[in-house]
Amino acid sequence: MVELSHDSRPIIGRGPPLGATFLALAVAAIALMVADKRYNQLEQVREWLSAAAYPVQVAVDLPFRAWDWVTGSFADRNRLRQENLELTARLRLANLQLQRFAALEDENRRLRDMRENSAGVADRVLVASIMNVDLDPFRHRVLVDKGARDGVFKGQAVLDAEGIFGQVAQVHVETAEVILITDAEHAIPVQSNRSGLRTIAVGTGDSSRLSLPFVTGESDLKAGDLLISTGIGGVFPRGYPVAEVTRVDRNPAATFALVDARPTARLDRNREVLLVWFTPPAAADAAPEPEAPQ
Amino acid sequence: MRPSNFARRLLYWLSVALGLVLAIVPLPEWLSPVRPDLALLAVIYWILTSPRIAGLGYAWLAGLFLDVLRGMTLGQHALAFVLVAFLTHRTQLRMRMFPILHQAGAVMLLLAVYHFVIFWTDGLTGHGYTGWNRWLPVLSGTLLWPLIVAAGDTLTRRSR
Repeated sequence: MVELSHDSRPIIGRGPPLGATFLALAVAAIALMVADKRYNQLEQVREWLSAAAYPVQVAVDLPFRAWDWVTGSFADRNRLRQENLELTARLRLANLQLQRFAALEDENRRLRDMRENSAGVADRVLVASIMNVDLDPFRHRVLVDKGARDGVFKGQAVLDAEGIFGQVAQVHVETAEVILITDAEHAIPVQSNRSGLRTIAVGTGDSSRLSLPFVTGESDLKAGDLLISTGIGGVFPRGYPVAEVTRVDRNPAATFALVDARPTARLDRNREVLLVWFTPPAAADAAPEPEAPQ
Repeated sequence: MRPSNFARRLLYWLSVALGLVLAIVPLPEWLSPVRPDLALLAVIYWILTSPRIAGLGYAWLAGLFLDVLRGMTLGQHALAFVLVAFLTHRTQLRMRMFPILHQAGAVMLLLAVYHFVIFWTDGLTGHGYTGWNRWLPVLSGTLLWPLIVAAGDTLTRRSR
């Protein structure tokens, strides 16, 4: 039984009647939803409110950061030395590959038509950390600790060290909400690195799987193909890895094949991501915009 | 009488605020769909014990804050919170008399209403998620209800 307290008498005869208050508040909430969905006036309101939410998010994130800092500060000397050697070796290898890339890029630009701008490299990069704050568990969105104050804009491409991560869905003053490529509402134009086949990779809500729903049975695509971004629509830079095809099921009775791909970017939580600025290539022919979620 | 009234009001605000903070604390991926709606349970508890203090306005604000923290559309959780608060107010005289298991069942219905409103508005605004695991918090909240009542009663008895 719930304990009765001394002022447990219901609110009768004091203040507005309950039903009226409820109705007023319910109508206000519905009005907010409609305004948020249909019009963009609420952007300003959302920014103010998220400025109020920011201290709470920082407060929740802080213990995890503090713990990371503590464990980092007291790391074993041997382990650090080993890590240092490994990183140096990887850097050496990466530099070697980069030299070859520079030569290939030049050759590529020469071989292409002069109208097509082979911009694929990011002009400017900003490193951001993913905050240790859980958003809706059924959406694939994360909060990063850079916002409008750092020049982040809505729709900005987000990458990590291994591939394309997602794009900025909402910008707040100090933070930004990033929607991952695996979110069910996200789609990215991709191209097979091997065959050149162009299609769209759609998120499934499963954090390790993308789906390619518009691949016909006769298309040249097979498991193991690397899918890279085409840059169509100007949201993502061209030529960055997105996913690797894991399964191609061709059913002769169905219009499209069942194709699954595994994202190359590491989409789990405790990592750093890169927000990029780049100049999109001037399309020779008008290309349709990829689906950009709200 | 008056200072203790304010103390109870403060406790109400703080307990709901704590529920809101706990709503965004990161959980392991397999555990996060089961996260109970602690802020809502706190609101229900306070409406049952001190309905004069726990009004609809603060429930609405709590819902709005939750929208900002992790909602898809502004006003979505505000509507759900205020609806549940209203239903609880309407039935609090009867609910208070139920034995604890019976009461947990009533709370389960309230949680189901809450999640249904979220589910419906998600669908209306185009962000629908139809997986079955979105209803898990109803179960976890129901199971947690007796604990919340025990904890709440212990706390308020001390401050009386």
